[in-house]
Amino acid sequence: MKRSENTMKLYLPSLSVNESLARSAVAAFVAQLNPTIEEISDIKCAVSEAVTNSIVHGYKFATGIIYICVKYYRDRTVVIEIKDKGCGIEDVSLAMTPLFTTDTSGERSGMGFAVMSTFMDKLDVYSKRGNGVRILMTKKLA
Amino acid sequence: MEKTRFIYEDATLTVKILGDIDHHNARAVREEADKIILGRKPRLILLDLSAVEFMDSSGLGLILGRYNLAEEIGAEVKIIKPAPSVLRILELAGIERIMKIEEGAKK
Repeated sequence: MKRSENTMKLYLPSLSVNESLARSAVAAFVAQLNPTIEEISDIKCAVSEAVTNSIVHGYKFATGIIYICVKYYRDRTVVIEIKDKGCGIEDVSLAMTPLFTTDTSGERSGMGFAVMSTFMDKLDVYSKRGNGVRILMTKKLA
Repeated sequence: MEKTRFIYEDATLTVKILGDIDHHNARAVREEADKIILGRKPRLILLDLSAVEFMDSSGLGLILGRYNLAEEIGAEVKIIKPAPSVLRILELAGIERIMKIEEGAKK
């Protein structure tokens, strides 16, 4: 395994007010690589989606910890890991289907994973019911 | 903090959304917007996104929710002046298939 050039770890309680903090902190870290405006906005959006999923679906109305680890490598690859210890996802491939949502309020679009996979180069989602979710996203900057 | 500004003229309600639209902010925007939409019952709702620098899929949910509300009262919804990053997510979701998006002047 190649060694990362730099690493950032961030642990945050699953409060919705931390959604903007999480994406801004990751963006500030990735800014060390002088990304394009489009790259930085893609990364912010993907982080926001993953963190919101942990808050809304993983921990629902309880507060838990969201773990964020960001690394970048010499070849300008950025790897972002976002983990929670919430309720997990029973059927990952169903959850990743565009427009699918378990929310019944009509205010969630069901596009979170579609945004993450479109705006990043690679998206892996690991989860089991009751065992939290681990998301690994990779983007190679120009 | 105020999340929206409204202008109502000739049965057209312009809803200008201020700041980032994420899950945290969407609720306040929704509550402010729905109150005035239901109060005024406009024929046309213009969602002005020119002051939105960041939007994630919570914004899509917010827009689709207002679209459904507008259908109920027989109003049309248009999105105006989204920033390029906001336009990308609107396009990803295919929003232009159900409502008009009018881009502002290119920067």
